[in-house]
Amino acid sequence: MLVYILKRVAMTIPVMGVVALFVFALLRLSPGDPAAVIAGDFATAEDVARIREQLGLSEPLVVQFGTWVWSLMQGDLGTSIFSGKPVTELIAQRIEPTMLLALTTILFSVAVAVPLGTLAAFKAGSLIDRFVMLFSVGGFSVPVFVLGYVLIYVFSLNLRWLPVQGYRSPFEHGLGPFLSHITLPTLTLSVIFIALIARMTRASVIEVLEEDYVRTARAKGQSELKVLMRHAVRNAAVPIVTVIGIGIALLIGGVVVTESVYNIPGLGRLVLDAVLARDYPIIQGLILFFSFVYILLNLLIDLTYTFLDPRIRY
Amino acid sequence: MSGAVLSVEGLTVSLPKGADRANAVEDIDLAVAAGEIVCVVGESGSGKSVTAFTVMGLQDSRALKPVAGRIMMDGEDLLRVGRRRLRKLRGEKMSMIFQEPMTALNPVARVGDQIGEMLEIHTDLSASGRKTRVIAAMEDVGLPDPASMYRAFPHQLSGGQRQRIMIAMALVLEPDLLIADEPTTALDVTTQAQILDLIKDIQARRGMGVLFITHDFGVVADIADRVVVMQHGRIVEQGLAEQVLRAPEHPYTKMLMEAVPSMTPPEREAATGAETLVVEGLDKTYGHRGLLGGGRLVHAAKSVDFALRRGETLGIVGESGSGKSTVARCVMRLIDPTSGRVLLDGRDIAGLSQGALRPVRRDIQVVFQDPYRSLNPRRNVGQSITEGPVNFGTPQAEAMARAEELMRVVGLDPDALERFPHQFSGGQRQRIAIARALAMQPHVLIADEAVSALDVSVQAQVLDLLDDVRDRFDLAMLFITHDLRVAAQICDRILVMRQGEVVEQGPTADVYANPQHDYTRALLAAAPGAARLTV
Repeated sequence: MLVYILKRVAMTIPVMGVVALFVFALLRLSPGDPAAVIAGDFATAEDVARIREQLGLSEPLVVQFGTWVWSLMQGDLGTSIFSGKPVTELIAQRIEPTMLLALTTILFSVAVAVPLGTLAAFKAGSLIDRFVMLFSVGGFSVPVFVLGYVLIYVFSLNLRWLPVQGYRSPFEHGLGPFLSHITLPTLTLSVIFIALIARMTRASVIEVLEEDYVRTARAKGQSELKVLMRHAVRNAAVPIVTVIGIGIALLIGGVVVTESVYNIPGLGRLVLDAVLARDYPIIQGLILFFSFVYILLNLLIDLTYTFLDPRIRY
Repeated sequence: MSGAVLSVEGLTVSLPKGADRANAVEDIDLAVAAGEIVCVVGESGSGKSVTAFTVMGLQDSRALKPVAGRIMMDGEDLLRVGRRRLRKLRGEKMSMIFQEPMTALNPVARVGDQIGEMLEIHTDLSASGRKTRVIAAMEDVGLPDPASMYRAFPHQLSGGQRQRIMIAMALVLEPDLLIADEPTTALDVTTQAQILDLIKDIQARRGMGVLFITHDFGVVADIADRVVVMQHGRIVEQGLAEQVLRAPEHPYTKMLMEAVPSMTPPEREAATGAETLVVEGLDKTYGHRGLLGGGRLVHAAKSVDFALRRGETLGIVGESGSGKSTVARCVMRLIDPTSGRVLLDGRDIAGLSQGALRPVRRDIQVVFQDPYRSLNPRRNVGQSITEGPVNFGTPQAEAMARAEELMRVVGLDPDALERFPHQFSGGQRQRIAIARALAMQPHVLIADEAVSALDVSVQAQVLDLLDDVRDRFDLAMLFITHDLRVAAQICDRILVMRQGEVVEQGPTADVYANPQHDYTRALLAAAPGAARLTV
């Protein structure tokens, strides 16, 4: 087991290498010149050339890549072209809201979706089931930004229950303000995950309910509720956890939009601003960072399987 | 009936509209007395399992509705008690074991806890009290080292051990009635014999009643006190086992008993055709040694040798894990042998590349075990039969004409070529699978448990057909089976395998009359009904 974990961690190195190559190539291939953006609308060709020189953008691509990878290996993700701050520092500044938003979203989604999907499976074909499925289709279909504004309109502007925008750190301002600010973004981002996870839970539990050991449990005289909790859900867990893992990957996209709608100073906003400004080092750094997080999450999910199902051993 | 732990009276269970008949079972009358084993025997679709499941209240209640009759147990009608009461009775008064010990246990819970769950539901015992009872129950069913096996997960146990766990679970509360639904069908013969002994033993010790569902008259002969024979949802005959086995009255019962293949091989002349398939020193290992000598290496076949002539049937018999299927797959080159030679008409095909193998493929054809899964459900029968020859360049019209001819050979209507597999019964599908294999004009036909999934009456017909096509097309047939009765009837020679090794081979009659190896003797002795069923 330990050997397996070490192997998987070691494997992240070549994977990150490939990701780095792709990120570098894609950015260099896409149109737009950061030097021209920095220089502004009234710059001369010489100005642009001078800035390109300063940024190292006139070096051959191979040299640029080499320089970049070399500094990566020293833990240096580069320096923002515009703010002049190290990318690592920018990420560190912005990481808290994003992490906490992701965490509340996942917790809330799982807490709602798993019971909902299980209930739908248990009552398959009933009105409750149809309602859950309808919600699920709806949840998939509503774009995050539409939902975000609708929620703001209802809960913040009309009912005045919750603040419109912004973020309060629980470490600085306490739990109350944090929760009141994070509620709407969490709801917004959760809807699609609840839809996804509830659907998967329903399918998975329905399948498991047909299994022989569920019949065995009934033959023992076990009550339906306990048959469901002790025998069905536990066995249905592996595909559900897989979907949660996929969900976290999707989350990264959702975070960008949600943070913009709610004006949260997180990594999502950082991505958006960097893309608009063509701040290469930040974009590169963030993609690498997200890839790394994603690989670690996958490892974590694979390890979770071994706790859920004793037949899975690495 | 006095002293009956269970009495089913006039039970009728309806099927949903549009099924092939109105009722799954009709007007069922049967009783199980304390200390008695009642076998309900019948083929698939006879309603024997529906009867058993309805007693437990475990039938699929959306499709199967009891519409008439009573199921009496201790003065209570199980069809009319509330759900809560029924749950209380399950486990305490009656319990059930199932056909598939592989899937009947929850794979993610420890077996001890699964037995303990029974006590948790029905008693007030403390956790440690439960554990003591569970370990005692595990000991009672002959499980080795129950204290440590308590913590095992189902996948760590063998099929026989899992069935013992199921039995321990079913009996931990000492119910009056045990319902056993084909509990040994999925097990190897030697394991089957042990489990049957165990059920008989516990039953006698505790004086409980057992309702035993089976399709196998051999099993009936081994354990039944009384027999109930069912056909198409009705009871056609019931009586004391002695009586029914000695002098069956209903024609269906007679047919069922006659269809059980005899353990005595018929006279057979030694084949004289040319040797078409020769296997020399065939070895197959799975897994690999780790760098430091760790890892797992499974020797699935160890230096297997045999030769097969045209017009001859060679049986490979053995239990699960014996390597019989591995040998068949190596011969077909579905898997690659680790070493050894496979000579087909003098040419070694053991090491041929996939490309070089392609033309050889048509010479070796196979009929698989499960006719429900070996035919593509989305293609009609004609397409399935002609696909192979067309791939090898036969014009479609010619392949179709040959398919029609083959349908007649296997006893089906050529018009049925237009139809799809789900429109046929299991036996008919197996006939189609045989026609599909024959369409390639093979030299060697491999039948891999080809009759094991079929009802006995159908099994006999398909065996006759295989024998017939072997002679008609001068085939060399390799017949893989776990069933010694079937092997006795169809094989000219047999080869007994255990743990990847051939322990004995010879003409069938010799091996059965005078087995040389202990394992062969054990296998022959374990065949169900060997003692009482001498049809």
